[in-house]
Amino acid sequence: MEKIEITAATDKLGEVTEFIDAQLEAADCSMKAQMQIDLAVEEIFVNIANYAYAPNVGMALISVDVDEQRRAFITFEDSGVPYDPLAKEDPDITLSAKERQVGGLGIFMVKKTMDDMLYEYRDGKNVLTLVKKI
Amino acid sequence: MTINRKENNGAYIYEIEGRIDTLTAPELEADIKGVADKAESLLLDFAKVEYISSAGLRVLLFAHKAMSKKGGLKLVNVGEDIMEIFEVTGFSDILSIE
Repeated sequence: MEKIEITAATDKLGEVTEFIDAQLEAADCSMKAQMQIDLAVEEIFVNIANYAYAPNVGMALISVDVDEQRRAFITFEDSGVPYDPLAKEDPDITLSAKERQVGGLGIFMVKKTMDDMLYEYRDGKNVLTLVKKI
Repeated sequence: MTINRKENNGAYIYEIEGRIDTLTAPELEADIKGVADKAESLLLDFAKVEYISSAGLRVLLFAHKAMSKKGGLKLVNVGEDIMEIFEVTGFSDILSIE
């Protein structure tokens, strides 16, 4: 399992994506799964960067593991305010552009493109794991 | 992300290359904001777009709204993977994609 500890700030997104892509490429991940995972990682990391420690700044720990069944497990840990993104209601995607609020769309995209998403609050930390067959 | 913008009689064409993500979307948004008032129509060529996140979708929604009373926003050459993102988010029903 590979991991990085990084400042939870949006300008670190490039470094996070590079780390994730390096792990996925080493595991011969399909292009499509890699794009979907990148997308999910961005949405989750940016959420942590914007909300977990606001108005302060804190750290995020991100790890990647691929099991024998070729499932990638990407786990995010932060010590910010407890927040379960799975508890959020899905946006209404049938609304027209005029009525449309874009909020909540990121997490919704993650739910739709990942095979599974697990959240727990453990030892004062938000622990969110994305699962995706690669 | 790189933007190659062309204009002909108020018809703006954007050839976008690379990733439209949290880091690059503001640049695209600022560029489109700069021309939205004078543009008669807006066409985004997605042939070389590799990736789009919700930050990029926000820009598309903004551009769609800005152009809705004029010639509209049109997307062309959208690849399969990006199309799937548009489908799961309902954007494929909102945007004009050819």
